[in-house]
Amino acid sequence: MQAVFPLFFGALLFCTGIYGVLARRNAVLVLMSVEMMLAAVTVNLVTFGSMAVGAGDLILTGQIFALFVIAIGAAEVGVGLAIILLLYRNRATVNIDDADLMKY
Amino acid sequence: MEMADIFMLLIAVIAGGAALFVVTSANVVHSALALVVVLVGVAATFLLLGAEFLAWTQVLVYAGAVIVLILFGLMLTRAPVGPVREDNDNQRLAFGVSFALFAFLMVLIVTSLGDTTLLLTVTPTVGLAEFLYVEWAFPLLAMGFLLTVALVGAVIIARQEEGEGPLPDDEAYIDHSEVAPVRAGDSYAEPGFDPPRTTDRPTGVPARSDV
Repeated sequence: MQAVFPLFFGALLFCTGIYGVLARRNAVLVLMSVEMMLAAVTVNLVTFGSMAVGAGDLILTGQIFALFVIAIGAAEVGVGLAIILLLYRNRATVNIDDADLMKY
Repeated sequence: MEMADIFMLLIAVIAGGAALFVVTSANVVHSALALVVVLVGVAATFLLLGAEFLAWTQVLVYAGAVIVLILFGLMLTRAPVGPVREDNDNQRLAFGVSFALFAFLMVLIVTSLGDTTLLLTVTPTVGLAEFLYVEWAFPLLAMGFLLTVALVGAVIIARQEEGEGPLPDDEAYIDHSEVAPVRAGDSYAEPGFDPPRTTDRPTGVPARSDV
């Protein structure tokens, strides 16, 4: 398989994730966009890991890094949703444009 | 173009379309369900690249647990079920930034890796486990510690504290220094009226020494 296609997929997912993080107002939707960016990173890691195995990498660095990224993503979703629930309980909104107390 | 290329492009089109739907849909629940398609597409990419264990981990962890967690988050924050405006005013800037980054990345990818072909071999799960628990043992332990800390931290953050709850609307507390309008039936002081102080004796009541 050409290496361009999975890298194209990863770049597409990452850029849509960036658009979602910048343009969405609901905090849960922002978290979902961050998840898409993490998935793009794992796609890139597995692709480059496949190239590295062809170049003589013996310990499957790419796939194991991708496994760690998946685990970190799961932990991040747990903590992120806990913060969002706390924000909702205290401010009665999840609009992140309203949560600008520490902005200035 | 071999068979794997065609499948990869098909996955990229389907999951990429679902990703665009996730960031543009006005309905948050539809966004969460489209995210399932994106993550399953990522798992299919792993399968095409021969990473079987990662593909099933992706399906179990992301398409299963994380999506359920996100749907719980949507429910607990009482997300509107119907379509609402979910984009802020940065929409055009955000589109510019992401499109410019995409173009830049694609130019980099095509110029540097345009003629690289991947050697597709299925990675045996047993081999992955041997490397994970021998060469990568210390990072694995650190990952377990991080997951424990994240779990405990999430519970502590989300726990209901004593006396905590939704604040009243902030607008009610803002002093706009406006004079309250006088409505019919209100009693108010005439201009120049001197209100009695607490040190004054009430009128018509004799002093205490006279009793």
